[in-house]
Amino acid sequence: MLNRLLFLLPLLIFAVIAGYFTVPILTKKDPHLLPSVMIDKPAPPHDLGPLLEDKPGVGPEALRGEVKLVNFFASWCGPCRVEHPILMRLAAETDLPLVGINYKDQRDAALVWLRELGDPFGRIGVDGDGRAAIDWGVYGVPETYVVDASGHIRYRHVGPLTAQALKETILPMVEQLKAAKG
Amino acid sequence: MIRSIILALVLVVLSMPAFAVEPGEMLKDPALEARARELSKEVRCLVCQNQSIDDSNAGLAKDLRVILRERLVAGDSDSEIKTFLVERYGDFVLLKPPVKAETLFLWYGPFAIGVLGAIGVAVFLLRRRDGGGDEAVPMPLSDDERKRIDALMSEQDRKA
Repeated sequence: MLNRLLFLLPLLIFAVIAGYFTVPILTKKDPHLLPSVMIDKPAPPHDLGPLLEDKPGVGPEALRGEVKLVNFFASWCGPCRVEHPILMRLAAETDLPLVGINYKDQRDAALVWLRELGDPFGRIGVDGDGRAAIDWGVYGVPETYVVDASGHIRYRHVGPLTAQALKETILPMVEQLKAAKG
Repeated sequence: MIRSIILALVLVVLSMPAFAVEPGEMLKDPALEARARELSKEVRCLVCQNQSIDDSNAGLAKDLRVILRERLVAGDSDSEIKTFLVERYGDFVLLKPPVKAETLFLWYGPFAIGVLGAIGVAVFLLRRRDGGGDEAVPMPLSDDERKRIDALMSEQDRKA
């Protein structure tokens, strides 16, 4: 009897492997989205100069104090344009601080971009050579990070923000982090 | 005509494959540059994901190549540079995954399965040789079957 069951073993192994490969397809998991290894680590303490004259840049102390979103963007980046209206709405409808980091951009182009599309950010730092972004583990703009009050990275969203990602993942997490702090 | 064919062939032979590494990035010290090339062949371009940063023209790949060279010049060892990258991008940044608890199956799983299979085959063959005798005795024929065979045999004889 045991011998007979042994014949089912290859089938069982096949089922396990097939399941392993099928689950990501069924759950529509995008294999290009990489998990961040920076989660729960302190945000890199860069001192990024301001993009605008009347708005501060992003120093290490700017990332502490309250829960906030840090958004890497560039005027040359198409998906950034796609997500921009969502950032504008976020700025208008909530009091969640938005920190912008302008990634490998030309200053003039970035200024025109903000003038045309609006500026949702409370402060904008310039990462001209992309070194700060590399320390954050950015591998393609736009990327958006949830940073908690102690300056630790809690979540990363790769690609343009969507209303769904905000509603289902990011904003609940922000609320949770705020509650944990209070 | 022949001359132009020869010319075309010569040009094909002389042309070099296009490299992603730009002359401006290269280090003056040839030994260090060679180390940089070797090392960057092991680093994945996060944008293209199936190319090394040595092969990729992506902006991030270029930035990582430059950082890698800066660190080499500053005297970092290969493993220090890899650690730097892994701290930011995870093990995925290495084209060859490191051997550790989570990757043991990845590294040795195929061998383990091969060994298990070989054991299975060996057991099967040994068993067939040893115990073959009593398992291989055929069932005795029933009277009915014997009659049918006799009939078939005699039919065969008649034909021949």
